Amino acid sequence: MRFGRLCRLKLSDKYCMLSRVADNLYWMSRYLERAEHTARLLSVALNQMLDEDPQRAVLRLERMLHALRTSPPPDAPADPYAIFHLLTFDQQNAGSIASAIGAARENARQVREQISTEMWEQINRLYLRVRHANTEDTWQADPAEFLHFIKERSHLFQGVTDATMSHDEGWLFIQVGRFIERAGATATLLDTYFQIHLADETAQTLDFVDWLGLLKSCTAFEAYCKVYTADLKPEAITEFLLLNATLPRSVRFAAEQIERGLHALARLLAIGQAGAPSASPGGCALRSTTRR
Amino acid sequence: MDALELAQPPFANYQLNGAFDEMFDADGTPRPSYRALMQRLRELTPSELSSRQRTAEVSFLNQGITFTVYGDSSGTERIFPYDLLPRIITGSEWATIERGLSQRITALNHFLYDIYHEAKILNDRIVPHDLVFSCQHYRREMRGVNVPRNTYVAVTGTDLVRLPDGSFAVLEDNLRVPSGVSYMLTNRQVMKRAFPRLFANYGVRPIDHYGQSLLATLRALAPTSRPEPTIVLLTPGVFNSAYFEHTFLARQMGIELVEGRDLIVHDNVVYMRTTAGLRRVDVIYRRVDDDFLDPLAFRADSILGVSGLFNAYRAGNVALANAIGTGVADDKAIYAYVPRMIRYYLDEDPILQNVETYLLDDEQQRAHVLDRLDQLVVKAVGESGGYGMLIGPQSTATEREAFRERIRANPRNYIAQPTLSLSRAPCFIDGSIEPRHVDLRPYILFSQQATIVPGGLTRVALRRGSLVVNSSQGGGSKDTWVLFE
Repeated sequence: MRFGRLCRLKLSDKYCMLSRVADNLYWMSRYLERAEHTARLLSVALNQMLDEDPQRAVLRLERMLHALRTSPPPDAPADPYAIFHLLTFDQQNAGSIASAIGAARENARQVREQISTEMWEQINRLYLRVRHANTEDTWQADPAEFLHFIKERSHLFQGVTDATMSHDEGWLFIQVGRFIERAGATATLLDTYFQIHLADETAQTLDFVDWLGLLKSCTAFEAYCKVYTADLKPEAITEFLLLNATLPRSVRFAAEQIERGLHALARLLAIGQAGAPSASPGGCALRSTTRR
Repeated sequence: MDALELAQPPFANYQLNGAFDEMFDADGTPRPSYRALMQRLRELTPSELSSRQRTAEVSFLNQGITFTVYGDSSGTERIFPYDLLPRIITGSEWATIERGLSQRITALNHFLYDIYHEAKILNDRIVPHDLVFSCQHYRREMRGVNVPRNTYVAVTGTDLVRLPDGSFAVLEDNLRVPSGVSYMLTNRQVMKRAFPRLFANYGVRPIDHYGQSLLATLRALAPTSRPEPTIVLLTPGVFNSAYFEHTFLARQMGIELVEGRDLIVHDNVVYMRTTAGLRRVDVIYRRVDDDFLDPLAFRADSILGVSGLFNAYRAGNVALANAIGTGVADDKAIYAYVPRMIRYYLDEDPILQNVETYLLDDEQQRAHVLDRLDQLVVKAVGESGGYGMLIGPQSTATEREAFRERIRANPRNYIAQPTLSLSRAPCFIDGSIEPRHVDLRPYILFSQQATIVPGGLTRVALRRGSLVVNSSQGGGSKDTWVLFE
């Protein structure tokens, strides 16, 4: 494993990283992951709305906002355009894509000399592009294309990060930030669906399209089919998104990455060694719950 | 090549006047060092030039090579306007500049040591006592403090101008925290991309080693007991207009970029807070003004500084570049005495001339100046960045009256100089090539002796007829080529 080698690295005397820098790298990574997650959920919801009766579409949008822990726009709670604006370019909403990318870029700017030039150019270009766009034009032109662009640039940034930055302490803080954000996001999404699914009164039932939406919101539909075929069962979906060891957006996968990252950091910084408890028991707990 | 070329595109709008022209001699013939550039420019269409200009600008924006505009609430970041055409300096011109600047910075270091120790130059009545002690940047706290290697000014960016006779003169010594060197380095990178072929055959001297030279200069200041010193760059933070430069230099040198809140002083030793605990700091390249360095010693309301830093410095446990209190020697009134300092400390004639300067607390000179405010430039002694300035020929009667009042109220705070006709260099403006006024800021590194990277920041007054090159006043910059020949 790539972490394995890192664990054996010894910290040289010259080596150090400012605590503030670690904080900036961690948050840069979290905000970018957040922007990507929002873009993905919005993209899936907008796509599913296209061939659906308006009442269900409203429920779907409500569910998406709940999964993003965002309150609906006060003056137009069910208007797709208002919701799109709220989640993309609304600077008042700290969770909008534009706000998250701005915050990621601001964190990156404060550690400009710590990240590679390629990383900085990526995130700065993404920021400039979003800054020069607006809700109305994007909505009129092609909202899906814009959301796709955000997801793609976020993935590109992660790839550029892995390919151009030393996989040392700073990189580990970036990893930890990304996977903490991801674990939380997937868990919140599952929670939203299962609150409805397990509720006693069946005012709202979840159908095939809903479960499909959940899997797609985690880019997990294709991977699910390979394991369970296209037979969408709530229990199987839960198990897959919560406990699968290899799906990059499962809660377990994220928790294990966090655990590895924290262990590698602890070894690198020579802390927590003398019989200290595991840095993250979360990974172990999830592993022992797995049935497969 | 002949003078007729001046009348043809893209030079159709190029008019010579009394100012020294960097590219053409008085009868319109291109100077030898500019001939190949002229050739290349005539091969390119204006639209090709425009597209290269745009490529360069996008490249600055994408790299985040921007400065923050103060007083603009939207937090706008702007690129420092960049002109595509290089300014060329011949090898022999550079040799004079290099010797002149080395001589000047050596004398200024002697002066700073002297005024904070025995003050011989004051006692010998070469420089008046009261001029030094009334300077707002004089730091009484530095009296008798021994700074590492007696180096007060490790990093300087001296402003030079070219006079109508073609000679270079010093306009300002910037001895506190001069900025702009990152633009010198990035202008070159962008230029190499815009004109790779032209570049290859021109014999331009490289400047890429600036980062290493700066690091060596800083390392030389470390306490001798610390063979592997930790060197950091102290920035006021992300909201400072020169933040890009701070990150750029830290990266070039491979040193930590710290803010005041990252540092802590314990038992007169400076540490930085790292993920692995506290770590000792030996040399600080500080880009924070004296006033804000240490709230215990200087301005108590500073949140940019480090409490106790001055005591650690005085105890010899940390080196600062530049030293505290260097601003006294770039006071614009003290400036007038630099040629005398050179003769006093080095027993040499100054190689680079000063610009004639009237000291306004002298009654006779003041009367002379007040009669001629419409012809002179008046500057506040402690200001920089083109602020606090009156340019007589371009001023209104009301502005002159306001300055007259201010001068009378506080004559020590102002000096006056003749309105200089700065030299002009070709610039690419709206599709054609026109002359604009330029200056030159070379960067001098000093530890025991001076090191000057061959080049500097050529600043351009992009507005037609303007004489002010500061970025805060609509100035831009261009790449500066120093040739081997």
